[in-house]
Amino acid sequence: MSKIIGLDTNKLIDDVLKAYPEKTAKERRKHLLQNDPECTSSTCQLKSNVKSRPGVMTSRGCAYAGSKGVVWGPIKDMVHISHGPVGCGQYSWWSRRNYAVGITGINSFVAMHITSDFQENDIVFGGDKKLEQLIREIKEMFPLAKGITIQCECPVGLIGDDIESVARNMTKELGIPVIPVRCEGFRGISQSLGHHIANDSIRDWVLGKVKGSLKKSTSYDVIILGDYNIGGEAWSSRKILEEMGLRVIAQIPGDCTLGELANLPKPRLILVHCYRSTNYLARYLEETYDIPWLEYNFFGPTKIYESIRKIAQKFDEKIIERGEKVIEKYKPIMDAVIEKYRPRLEGKRVMLYVGGLRPRHIVGAYEDLGMVVVATGYEFAHRDDYERTYKELPKNALIYDDPSHYELEKFAEALKPDLVGSGIKEKYVYHKMGMPFRQMHSWDYSGPYHGFDGFPVFARDMDMAVNNPSWKLIKGRKK
Amino acid sequence: MRQIAIYGKGGIGKSTTTQNTVAALAEAGYRCMIVGCDPKADATRLILHRKSQATVMDLAREKGAVEELELDEVLLDGFKGVKCVESGGPEPGVGCAGRGVITAINFLEENGAYTPDLDFVFYDVLGDVVCGGFAMPIREGKAKEIYIVTSGEMMAIYAANNISRGILKYAQSGGVRLGGIICNSRKVEKEYELVSEFAERLGTQLLHFIPRDNIVQKAELNRMTVVEYSPDHPQADEYRALAKKMAENRNLYIPTPLTMDELEELLEKYGFLD
Repeated sequence: MSKIIGLDTNKLIDDVLKAYPEKTAKERRKHLLQNDPECTSSTCQLKSNVKSRPGVMTSRGCAYAGSKGVVWGPIKDMVHISHGPVGCGQYSWWSRRNYAVGITGINSFVAMHITSDFQENDIVFGGDKKLEQLIREIKEMFPLAKGITIQCECPVGLIGDDIESVARNMTKELGIPVIPVRCEGFRGISQSLGHHIANDSIRDWVLGKVKGSLKKSTSYDVIILGDYNIGGEAWSSRKILEEMGLRVIAQIPGDCTLGELANLPKPRLILVHCYRSTNYLARYLEETYDIPWLEYNFFGPTKIYESIRKIAQKFDEKIIERGEKVIEKYKPIMDAVIEKYRPRLEGKRVMLYVGGLRPRHIVGAYEDLGMVVVATGYEFAHRDDYERTYKELPKNALIYDDPSHYELEKFAEALKPDLVGSGIKEKYVYHKMGMPFRQMHSWDYSGPYHGFDGFPVFARDMDMAVNNPSWKLIKGRKK
Repeated sequence: MRQIAIYGKGGIGKSTTTQNTVAALAEAGYRCMIVGCDPKADATRLILHRKSQATVMDLAREKGAVEELELDEVLLDGFKGVKCVESGGPEPGVGCAGRGVITAINFLEENGAYTPDLDFVFYDVLGDVVCGGFAMPIREGKAKEIYIVTSGEMMAIYAANNISRGILKYAQSGGVRLGGIICNSRKVEKEYELVSEFAERLGTQLLHFIPRDNIVQKAELNRMTVVEYSPDHPQADEYRALAKKMAENRNLYIPTPLTMDELEELLEKYGFLD
């Protein structure tokens, strides 16, 4: 990867920042970078994971979003209480499309929104009693729920409710794990801290406390960590690993049960997909249980082949051989997809702005289709994410950290990408600018994009967006 | 209508002083209302002759929401027609009492408790100004006049100084002013001199020095103010004098709180730090 794109990125950055007051421009300059894939010194590093600047729109979420929305929410046989006023749960309800097998309201609760719906009285008198009552009602209404988590919204932290003691008492009374999660939205500077808090609560309240579903270990057991099964992509990932001869004893947290989550200390190897949101658990398991972990990427055939080989290397000859067989089997299918779509997409320029993994992970899939990612960036990534990003992108590509909507729009105006990939908060702005757009958080209600099953869907969706004839009908599009 | 907030260290006698003063004002023909801003709900006991059971927040909890309340359920008449209301709030250690005060005062405003015929509204606020909720009575459009009750004891003076810092904040952003210091004597040595100088250093006045007398406790045990229980007692006249001074007071100050060093120096001067 040493492609060079003909962009004077530094000039572009400086031009866009001219609109800001001096102090803001100076601070924001540190979050914007002209990529140099070979550079390893600190001069070509980007500043990240700091508080957003006030006065410009950021797309970031909060700690509650990171815990309830991302890490805990998909655990399907537990009821996750949005503890506090109704809005946080209501407006984030089912927005992540975490698919799960089960019957909603019977043994799967992912698609449900359950809240303690705080009123003025609960703030003044405290919400612990209401929480206890709610937990008892949940147990009564949903007897097959295997556990309950308490996802704190801001006011709970402000009024100092003792949810930990409620959790302990209710665990004892009801005989199922009730887990307190202190993910009040005001904590931290983005959803990232919510991931960390959720990881820690799994460590403290699940590991060693809840019995795993696994009866007997084999030496081919792996766990998928950090796949959210958005549009069903954990399933398409799992398939590949199983065809390689590995046994997936849990896919966490997408379509995952509490019993499977509790299998965390059991596998031979932990396979980390979303590093940002689950690395804390992976590191803990490595330190405590001596279980190695490995990052992999199942977006697009090139990365899938690479990952299969990397994973197989951790096992024996048999797995290596079967891994090659898997590649052999799917390569013609993937080649046919590329053959079909590449001519339609070759050379098309992409601009991405997503959460904490995809801005780098999905680059390979675009490249398989002959497309080039000219700009990318994260909402809430940390330094280690950016360090994993530089080498994935062409020289001179633009990288931005927590950009404001103003910055993104200006960059898009200047770069004139053939496709913008970001979220629902961005989508319609770019549609109005006459730019093809795909939601890259929710896959625009499509997917999966992971694995061999996902790539044809991905290729089709990108083609549909980029080559949609309707864009040519929009007046005022600057070509 | 003059809206007055009474602050001071916990247990210093804010509620006793307020109710006795209000009783004296009522006796003189002024129409008064007391708003108790303390979850303990004991700011109107001497006027009502019983502890108010019908606090805004307790009733709101019982009925499910504050919107379900009617004003006449919580606004009670006491001695000489003094109107009494208590915010109420959570038991110690849970919830947010400050939010309770905010909710209660908003309720009173929205439901027309502040009628034009009132001459005085008194807010009796718990202990220190620990958070925004307890500053509610002195926020925009409410009490602009504050009196701090203290004694000559070190911690009471310390608290009074701290409260002045809160007042200073609201004096700068709004029209809140310190009307003066009320000394509720604990018979500490050189108490009058100390509190006088403290008031002066704060940039305000010692409005009144209330001597200590057991009649106050006796009246209190009978759930009455001294003004009502023993109207001819000299102590009742002290409260009448305070009420008169308060009614006539036009001197309102922006306080100049002391630094910790200055405060210690002052206490040392009067023999506290031997």
